[in-house]
Amino acid sequence: MHRFANPTRFLKIAAAVQPWMAGLTIILFGTGLYMAFFTAPPDYQQGESIRIMYVHVPAAWMGMFCYAAMAVASAVALIWKHPLADVAAKATAPVGAAFTFLSLATGSLWGKPMWGTWWVWDARLTSMLILLFLYIGYMALQGAFDDRTRGAKASAVLALVGAVNLPIIKFSVDWWNTLHQTSSFMKQGGPSMPPEMWIPAVVMAVAFKTYYVWVLLVRIRQELTANKVRILRLKQVHGG
Amino acid sequence: MAEFFSMGGYGAYVWSSYGLTAVVLVVLLVVSLKSLRSTETTFDRLRVEVGPKETKRMETANGDEA
Repeated sequence: MHRFANPTRFLKIAAAVQPWMAGLTIILFGTGLYMAFFTAPPDYQQGESIRIMYVHVPAAWMGMFCYAAMAVASAVALIWKHPLADVAAKATAPVGAAFTFLSLATGSLWGKPMWGTWWVWDARLTSMLILLFLYIGYMALQGAFDDRTRGAKASAVLALVGAVNLPIIKFSVDWWNTLHQTSSFMKQGGPSMPPEMWIPAVVMAVAFKTYYVWVLLVRIRQELTANKVRILRLKQVHGG
Repeated sequence: MAEFFSMGGYGAYVWSSYGLTAVVLVVLLVVSLKSLRSTETTFDRLRVEVGPKETKRMETANGDEA
């Protein structure tokens, strides 16, 4: 792993991998969207509105996945002071926030026709809203200090503390009586739906994941280059 | 065709979901790419101003390999 941990080498690898991630993302989204609209059948209860699932569920999964990634990277940054870990956590936050926002928004658009309401304060929806606030808090805290390292440390601690919300989101539908249904995917004996419904959802989820890696590489490259720019500016000022 | 777009009466909800997702993902991607390009342009300009030798030394001192 240390071979990739060197920022200069990482920049080179990231630049090489990026077009592959871009291509993969486009192919996967093309396939996933085709399946979601043309091969997946309408639901026997929810009719065509079930197609919202193919963006809603991947967005929610990735909103949580990104937070977990951000928390792990923050832990690595705090414990081992690894230069890339901080950058990776920082680059993940806006992507995770976007996914979480989309899961809430598409859930709302799905809830209106199916439940008759845009929003309820049930445990699943509320814990997901808290996840969005954690992302926003993380990003705000990062820029709230004049000293960049203090901002990074404070936000890393917030990311770690906020991670307790992840199991709460996951099990909210089992622990509390929610309007939101329990998981139809991760259950014993496999998903409670036919393959022509869960396969498109999985393809879309993988598309969301490669999209995340693509944007993550772009944002890490930007952050590392911005660090070099800062050092060069200092050299310029001090007549280096 | 019209039947496809009506989505069994749920068209407004289904298409808003996909439209919003597309807009958010594309905007985030474009903003990230543009920010990378502009930072790289600034870096290239500074490297010329400060001098390639100094830049190399900075990268080495930064813990990067030479």
